[in-house]
Amino acid sequence: MDVKAIRSQFPILDQSVNGSPLVYLDSAATSQKPTSVIEAVNAYYRIDNSNVHRGVHTLGTRATDKYEGAREKVRQFINANKTEEVIFMRGTTTAINTVASSYGLTNLSKGDEIVITQMEHHSNIIPWQQVAKITGANLKYIPLQPDGTITLEDARNTITDNTKIVAMMHVSNVLGTINPIKEVTKIAHENGAVMLVDGAQGVPHMKVDVQDLDCDFYAFSAHKMCGPTGVGVLYGKKQLLEKMEPVEFGGEMIDFVDLYDSTWKELPWKFEGGTPIIAGAIGLGAAIDFLQDIGMDEITAHETKLVDYAVNQLQTIDGLAIYGPEKRAGLITFNLADVHPHDTATVLDAEGIAVRAGHHCAQPLMKWLNVTATARASFYLYNTTDDVDRFITGLNKAKEFFGDVF
Amino acid sequence: MSFDNLDTLYRQVIMDHYKNPRNRGSFGEDSVTIDMNNPTCGDRIQIHLLVEDDKVKDAKFDGEGCSISLSSASMMTQAIKGRNVTEALKMSEIFSDMMLGKDIDTEDLDLGDIEALQGVSKFPARIKCATLAWKAMEKGINEQEQA
Repeated sequence: MDVKAIRSQFPILDQSVNGSPLVYLDSAATSQKPTSVIEAVNAYYRIDNSNVHRGVHTLGTRATDKYEGAREKVRQFINANKTEEVIFMRGTTTAINTVASSYGLTNLSKGDEIVITQMEHHSNIIPWQQVAKITGANLKYIPLQPDGTITLEDARNTITDNTKIVAMMHVSNVLGTINPIKEVTKIAHENGAVMLVDGAQGVPHMKVDVQDLDCDFYAFSAHKMCGPTGVGVLYGKKQLLEKMEPVEFGGEMIDFVDLYDSTWKELPWKFEGGTPIIAGAIGLGAAIDFLQDIGMDEITAHETKLVDYAVNQLQTIDGLAIYGPEKRAGLITFNLADVHPHDTATVLDAEGIAVRAGHHCAQPLMKWLNVTATARASFYLYNTTDDVDRFITGLNKAKEFFGDVF
Repeated sequence: MSFDNLDTLYRQVIMDHYKNPRNRGSFGEDSVTIDMNNPTCGDRIQIHLLVEDDKVKDAKFDGEGCSISLSSASMMTQAIKGRNVTEALKMSEIFSDMMLGKDIDTEDLDLGDIEALQGVSKFPARIKCATLAWKAMEKGINEQEQA
């Protein structure tokens, strides 16, 4: 993988921040965008912009072809069986909320169970809290091991005959834990439950095959995988989606509207009420082309190399705590002794290094870690070992800076 | 950016308040207590006020946060103690203006250590850290006034 050539395709990386060349280590929050994605969105607005699935004019046909073409790209990228199983949504949050509102509220009742883990992002906790409150179902958590992983034994003990939904993140945005989705899906199915996967940190960084995982729903966002903000995907098995009611009603999603009753379009459009996210979906299609040209396995291997390189050096910094298991995805969450992560991040920012500091939308996990906040460095295909070196130097400076006053 | 620029943020007096917070703790049940979170980072702060006859007789704070939010809370309690509520609210207003980088008119109010936080205005991402305790204090006084 030629990282230098890859970097040259990300115009944003070529800039100075606070007097130093930018080192961007916050891709788990949002990734940067290559020229091909920016140009695809630009070209759509400059050349093809028109509404989709209506009218008979040429621009409308071109826009529809590009929009539906992006759906086919997604289908093939995650190996869904059918294009109608790919629904464009605003992002992972909307996708999970759609399943919670449509499937959850209809299929759950008092005494049923929803099973999640304590490492989940807020967007895979709160929708289920709401479903539990409304339906009277119980929300249960698969406990975490000391290293921030789950065991299949705990999954088997938590998921029961009463469990109707199991919802789990593919990769933890804090710990970097890669969850055994395929195995948990099997356990869920054995108990008659459906399996939803929050893939926000999965799809951007590794090859995902939804048929191999056999999960029932898989949600992800374009902006974490080199695509635009404001668009994401809900994958769902056709036989489930067909039985589900839409949660948004209006234009685009209808078959026939009468005064007092209406019918819905077929899949996937019944879940895409209103003018869809046309430019966003086209941008996501371009992002998929870009990632596939490089190869997902190459991207995973590159991130693993960077993480290993970084962890080795971080372990030499006295007082630095790293959270999460040894085998982790391309991110490292840490705290520098007693320095508050906000203060660490401010010192790094003064050196042009962007890291995330805070609770990472995972307050229950912060509680489990017994910290109020942490700092996180996350890597992507455009990061280099030089970036890691700058990061380590920055951390040593932060230590030096606060060393005098602590 | 060198450490010189960071020094405009992390002034010695700020680090002193962080290491040796003034008025940390709480009173009994008869105080006005306000919990406030910074939802972007998870920092939590509690401000406790003893208000009598329109006067802030005493003020304390507790909670978890970064050097900027905790030192600001420490300075705030020190600054408003013994002042009447109008002055306390006025100080909060001045502090907000200071964070926005506006020229401030301190009139007859001595800002004391608070002026050390002026550098925060150059770090937009940290302004919310500095204003957290002040917002909590304002809320507490306003609730007390309405009660």
